[in-house]
Amino acid sequence: MKPENLLFAETHEWAHIAHEAGGQVATVGISAFAVEQLTDLVYMELPEVGATVAAGEEFGEVESVKAVSPLFSPVAGEVLAVNTELPDHLETLHASPYDKGWIARIRITDESCLTKLLDYAAYQKQCAAAGDDPA
Amino acid sequence: MPNPQATRLVFELSQPGRRSSQLPASDVPTPAIRDILPAAALADAPPPLPELAEPDLVRHFTNLSTMNMSVDANCYPLGSCTMKYNPKRNERLASLPGWLNVHPYQPESTRQGCLQVLYELQQYLAEISGLPGVSLQPAAGAHGELTALMIAAAHFRQLGERRTIVLIPDSAHGTNPASARMAGFDTVTIPSTPAGFVDLAALRSRLDPRVAVFMITNPNTLGLFDAQVGEIAELVHAQGGLVYLDGANMNAILGIARPGDFGADMMHFNPHKTFAGPHGGGGPGAGPVCVAQPLAPYLPCPVVTRVGTHYALDDDRPLSIGRVRTFLGNFGVLLRAYCYIRTLGPDGLRQASEQAVLNANYLLSRIKHFLPVPYGDRCMHEFVASAEHLKHSSGLKQPAMDLGKRLLDFGFHAPTVYFPLTVHDALMIEPTETESKATLDAFAEALFHVTGESAALLHEAPHSTVISRPDEVTAARQPRLKWTPD
Amino acid sequence: MSYLLNNRQDQQAMLEAIGVQSLAELLACVPAALRLHRPLELPAAMSELELTQHLETLAARNTSAGQSAGQALCFLGGGNYDHFIPAVVDSLAERGEFYTSYTPYQPEVSQGNLQVMFEYQTLICQLTGMDVSNASLYDGGSATIEAALLCMSATRRTGKVVTAACVHPEYRQVMQTYLANLNTQLVTLAVPDGRVALPSLAAALDDQVACVVLQHPNFFGCLEEVSAVSDMVHAAGALLVLVFDPLSLGILKRPAELGADVAVAEGQVLGSPMQCGGSGLGILACREQYLRRLPGRLAGQTVDRRGRRCWVLTLQTREQHIRRDKATSNICTNQGLLALRAAIYLSCLGPHGLREVSERCAWKAHYCSACLTACQRFERRFAPPVFKEFVIRDRRGEVPQLLAQATQAGILAGVPLAPWYPELADCFLVAVTEKRTRSDIDRLSACLAGTLKTPGASHA
Repeated sequence: MKPENLLFAETHEWAHIAHEAGGQVATVGISAFAVEQLTDLVYMELPEVGATVAAGEEFGEVESVKAVSPLFSPVAGEVLAVNTELPDHLETLHASPYDKGWIARIRITDESCLTKLLDYAAYQKQCAAAGDDPA
Repeated sequence: MPNPQATRLVFELSQPGRRSSQLPASDVPTPAIRDILPAAALADAPPPLPELAEPDLVRHFTNLSTMNMSVDANCYPLGSCTMKYNPKRNERLASLPGWLNVHPYQPESTRQGCLQVLYELQQYLAEISGLPGVSLQPAAGAHGELTALMIAAAHFRQLGERRTIVLIPDSAHGTNPASARMAGFDTVTIPSTPAGFVDLAALRSRLDPRVAVFMITNPNTLGLFDAQVGEIAELVHAQGGLVYLDGANMNAILGIARPGDFGADMMHFNPHKTFAGPHGGGGPGAGPVCVAQPLAPYLPCPVVTRVGTHYALDDDRPLSIGRVRTFLGNFGVLLRAYCYIRTLGPDGLRQASEQAVLNANYLLSRIKHFLPVPYGDRCMHEFVASAEHLKHSSGLKQPAMDLGKRLLDFGFHAPTVYFPLTVHDALMIEPTETESKATLDAFAEALFHVTGESAALLHEAPHSTVISRPDEVTAARQPRLKWTPD
Repeated sequence: MSYLLNNRQDQQAMLEAIGVQSLAELLACVPAALRLHRPLELPAAMSELELTQHLETLAARNTSAGQSAGQALCFLGGGNYDHFIPAVVDSLAERGEFYTSYTPYQPEVSQGNLQVMFEYQTLICQLTGMDVSNASLYDGGSATIEAALLCMSATRRTGKVVTAACVHPEYRQVMQTYLANLNTQLVTLAVPDGRVALPSLAAALDDQVACVVLQHPNFFGCLEEVSAVSDMVHAAGALLVLVFDPLSLGILKRPAELGADVAVAEGQVLGSPMQCGGSGLGILACREQYLRRLPGRLAGQTVDRRGRRCWVLTLQTREQHIRRDKATSNICTNQGLLALRAAIYLSCLGPHGLREVSERCAWKAHYCSACLTACQRFERRFAPPVFKEFVIRDRRGEVPQLLAQATQAGILAGVPLAPWYPELADCFLVAVTEKRTRSDIDRLSACLAGTLKTPGASHA
């Protein structure tokens, strides 16, 4: 997926919105910029399938040797699936952050949460303001 | 010289049939074990432990010991850890059979010596802290924090007040928030001012009747005495809260100021730091807790009391939080603290603190010319320098770590690095009072020298140690936490 | 006496370099109003000779365990025991390079301690059969509550922890202290028969229970039906925390084989002296899937930049200095020196030495039990099987007097149970280690039976 087609949370998670079976489903992950910042990831805890998450709620975490970073759900909904391959192949986050590095698929239950997400241009601006160039 | 053959793992040194221990033949009847214990409970074979002869063992562990830096061999200016000299007399005296071979459930009359030491140590710590209620039970500093927070929780339960929040400065040790959570509290972080002290405005804005405890480290983790502490205590007390003092830095103020006099209601000591207990490669420590009189009823059971000339354990304390560990505490560590306090006496303790402050300030005055010390020209027993400028000048990503690693090549243990979190690329340096001016000069010169070295040399340091720059990423990604036969 | 090095000239030079006139000026940052304006009221300083004489005098006020005049035969147990410690343990652990070092923040100059931690972890896994061990905790009691907290986190059940009255009373008190602040109920099963009755356990299990904490051999020395308990606990979706005696494992099945999810123990018996109960060594090992919930330090194997095998502290994101209020525990360090002693001790014993210790404990305890109950006055309070401890009931119900007389005769005969178990006020707990000889045991039974002929007062 091209980042231009994604929505981004200020906390660096992305969401790809698709219409499926009468509802909206978000595929979510973390941005290339965030992966770059985190460096040397060693562990990841995925959300639980079936869990209900609110937008902005912590639903997983990634760890480097000496830091823990929470993952926040960019959308509100129910977790349909998680990328179980990912924790064993964290390098995928670097190699393919917007495709093979997806984290979870979430059935959106409250579409109003989407209005708070940034488009790619706005997200790039946020990252630039943080002092580094976005990926 | 290192002996690589002897430092293979004990499991690799194992040879079937070797042994270093043999008990005498049994002098009582020896029925088959299956005749006295049920078959379902019995193992088919004993555990697969390694088999070594005594010379194997001695050579192995002796060689391993030489792969450590230690206070006995090196200047160890590890900030916040107070790595002072550990007196040999204390080791010998704590190893008398009259201490080692005493069982914790012996009748009180047969362990009056132990109880007297504990009772007198309680008195000494009460005097040094200015807080009269003392429990010697907690096993370590973090355990002392937890104990004190449980005391606070019990106190507010008794008063019928629902207080759920513990306030913690951003420069605090990580144990503070972790202990608060284990005691059932939520934590709120209080920022520091640009000068490194508690931000009073932020504290005021967070103080309300939900706040149970404000935890303060004073002198703080920047090595600064927060002179606002009296005012802070008044603010917290005005809202009905309690002030907890993290005693990690007591080595700066023995006989100079007492937490009980400057507003603390509770504190812990780290006898393994302040009172010269050896750190044991990371324990055992101890974490005695001292509290103000109104909180004394909540102290863990039992406490040692004196009735006439008899020392006794008082277990009948209905408001007590209960036990936080088994038996009476880390007696061996407490006994060494007792020896230290009796050796130094009141003047010696004060001198130790004064000299710790003098040594730290002297080192600061030498180092500040080439490594900035962001929080000022003066300190108490330790100070925090910043290596941030080397990021820009040398391109090093973690310059504090690199400097620390390079110091190892000069025979100095590294300072504490990357703590406190409020200083970028922090080097936290605590020389203690038991280093000479000559050693401090040598340390300052080594540090000056290494700050001028090439990035390449620093980044691959140390160069003279048995290993260098272990791969921590692989260690964490694929944890190998035990040996397995391949 | 102090341990200072700088003389007046040095101090003057240092003050000048700092740019102050005096020490007082340096300390001016402590406001006068907050200071102590008098000397501390502490005893005057002592020279080494005075201190030595003072400490020898104090130590002599204790009756220590031993065979010599003024010492006493020790049959006390209850979580702290008089086992034999080979000289190599003391000799190696007394090396200053071990005991004056600190937690291995700089792995390059701590490989000795890190390798010891790694060996200790491996030895504990070999001993228990569990998948992973941490590098140790404070003591058996705090390890037990840490295990319970681990189970609460792993099961996401925080309602109840179930234990039994035959688990060490102090371990239960520690759990109670911690759980009181977490709104978790500690359910304690009564044990009229001295061991857990399966129906009473079944009645206590529900979907609120995070774990069952069982001790085997239990506080009374009795063996439990651990496998049956394990099946019931797991069927209820809870976990099993098993408190074990490391020195029983030369003959008894290991905790992993019995179905334990977390195995905890007091490790003092592995080469450390009784020392009035401290320092202890908290052993905690668990199954692989709970690795990331483990409290405490862990050493892991890796390679350095030149590919040399080495060891580091690892999985530190579990710990307080990184995760702060969300850490698995507030604990900082391990009990390094005690873990070192345990590693030396276990390496010293090996499998055959461990079996020898276990067998002798069992044989001597059984011999002792038979000797004591040969006297009409005494009976075993609970049915066998037992390992190295057992509960004796005094049919005359005069336990305090009986034990006091034994103490007078130089025998620490047992731990009275009244303080924890009012219903067992006529009982005491006897422990027999490999150190007790047949003649020691005969002396104990003669003393308690009232047939001992010794000038007892000299032993007091």
